[in-house]
Amino acid sequence: MLKVDNLTKMFGGLAAVSNVSVEFEANKVNAIIGPNGAGKSTFFNLIAGAHKPTSGTILLDGKDVTNLPCDQIARLGVGRTFQTTNLFEQATVLDNLIVGHRLRTRSGLWDVLVNSRRLQAEERACREKAREALDFVGLSHVENRFIADITQEERKRVAFALALATDPKILLLDEPAAGVNPEETEGLADLMRKMINHGLTVCLIEHKMGMIMGIADKIMVLDHGEKIAEGTPEQVSNDAAVIEAYLGGDEDAAA
Amino acid sequence: MLLKIAALLMKPGAKMAMLAFALVFPFLAANEYQVYVMATAFIWAIAVYGLNIITGYCGQLNLAHGGFFAIGAYTLGLLTADYGWSFWPAFVGALVMTAVLGFLVGVVSLRLKEHYFAIFTLCVGFIIYLLLDKWEELTHGAIGVRDIAAPYGFGLVDFTDTTPFYYLVLGFLVLAMWFISRLSKSLLGRTFIAIRNGDELAESLGINLMRNKVLAFVLSTTYAGLAGALYAGMVRFIGPEEANINHTFDMITYLLVGGIGTLSGPLLGTLGLVWITQSLQFLEEYRMIIFGPLLVVLVIFFPRGIVGSFLTWIHRKSQALVPEGKRKDSKVTPTKEAENNA
Repeated sequence: MLKVDNLTKMFGGLAAVSNVSVEFEANKVNAIIGPNGAGKSTFFNLIAGAHKPTSGTILLDGKDVTNLPCDQIARLGVGRTFQTTNLFEQATVLDNLIVGHRLRTRSGLWDVLVNSRRLQAEERACREKAREALDFVGLSHVENRFIADITQEERKRVAFALALATDPKILLLDEPAAGVNPEETEGLADLMRKMINHGLTVCLIEHKMGMIMGIADKIMVLDHGEKIAEGTPEQVSNDAAVIEAYLGGDEDAAA
Repeated sequence: MLLKIAALLMKPGAKMAMLAFALVFPFLAANEYQVYVMATAFIWAIAVYGLNIITGYCGQLNLAHGGFFAIGAYTLGLLTADYGWSFWPAFVGALVMTAVLGFLVGVVSLRLKEHYFAIFTLCVGFIIYLLLDKWEELTHGAIGVRDIAAPYGFGLVDFTDTTPFYYLVLGFLVLAMWFISRLSKSLLGRTFIAIRNGDELAESLGINLMRNKVLAFVLSTTYAGLAGALYAGMVRFIGPEEANINHTFDMITYLLVGGIGTLSGPLLGTLGLVWITQSLQFLEEYRMIIFGPLLVVLVIFFPRGIVGSFLTWIHRKSQALVPEGKRKDSKVTPTKEAENNA
């Protein structure tokens, strides 16, 4: 699905991501964990095209997407959520989601001027897609509420829905469960499982270990920009290098 | 009661009533001067609608807007006064000129983000002013341009009179508003709003930032050019002061007061403030003592302006009135709900 080879990103003299090679499997939950500043978000930015890698290659379904700009990568089926999603607060949930399917439409200025059939059809399609995505994340009942009036957890779900409206093949979720309570975290984990059941591939960054261990099929651990471990949750949680990275690497702990 | 009035304002009939008022205004006005002030206000409103595209919908604070207004005015003025063009070809020329220059400036300046973009465009606006003031061979410098042609009415009307000109401007304003209302509801308008919400998120939704920002910028400068050309055709004498940065800040104020990123905000803000300015004329520069605090209060308590705050209020009210069960899957617009329940 997504194959990353020797990916490196230098910020000046600092290697934010250094020589990372990894393969994310289709229809699985692939997690990336690591201490703060390990380069997880940078890694996502590289895959999504927000940063240009210093070296290395990224293959999406065998196609080289290494130096493509963000919007083209999105069109190839990489959906994304951020740690914080800035939405239009004084607009309804549905209104915020309609633009999600814009990348699959072609209407331009001329269509707006003459109110072309194409524009009308595409606007209908976008609206339907938005409703579909909203239904998928279980928020149909808030479609007419303002973003400003919904809960933090509902916002997270709206962010999921927005990414889903782009018709992605793979979803990059950056700390989707940050700032929500344990019960809601479980609900979001269920939602990710639902995505897998619908044939999507999920790739997530998360700090909530309980959630990760329960949901991930495969975990990659980053520390100081380098991949220090990779494997199933069991393999990773018993890995000496991982324990050292998380608990600190002084002699006592290692001994 | 309040909600009933509010719901009434949301009806399409309210628009028709406003248009009807605008149509009969010249007959209600006490004198020709009032018609003239109204026509000027309409011209500014067109320019403010342009600013609303790039700043209100697309979220890029363009401080060169007054500069493009002046370019529109000068293009029309110079083409008719110095090069013997008649009004309407020169009018089209002004639109093309502001669109082309808008494209060139946009391609360069939109590489910058947020306040860097604002500062850059502030400089562009000042450079425009300097060019108009100093490039004497082309622009006549500080003397300005005289003998600008008035629009000819194809033998039907005489636009040198105030009232026919008023209707001409009204026509263009309605056209400008019609296009914006179509744009703002369309996928293209939604694309602009997505960019305002954040570059990062918009890109992740597959939106090409540069292409859409430049398009919004060109649309906005063309609006400024349209307003500028009408202005030149009305006053028929222009100078470098048309590019004064104060014009840009005036327009931003109109936009903020009326409601940034809303459909009727630019009109309401412009008309309201132009008339308040008129009625406070006797205070001269001291009127800023009233305007300043008023603006501060407004920005603190109504950050989305009069129209934006009104729309938020009415939406919340209508949502609160619908029972939880009925709210689900309701495809009725908030306005309809408000009417049904009021």
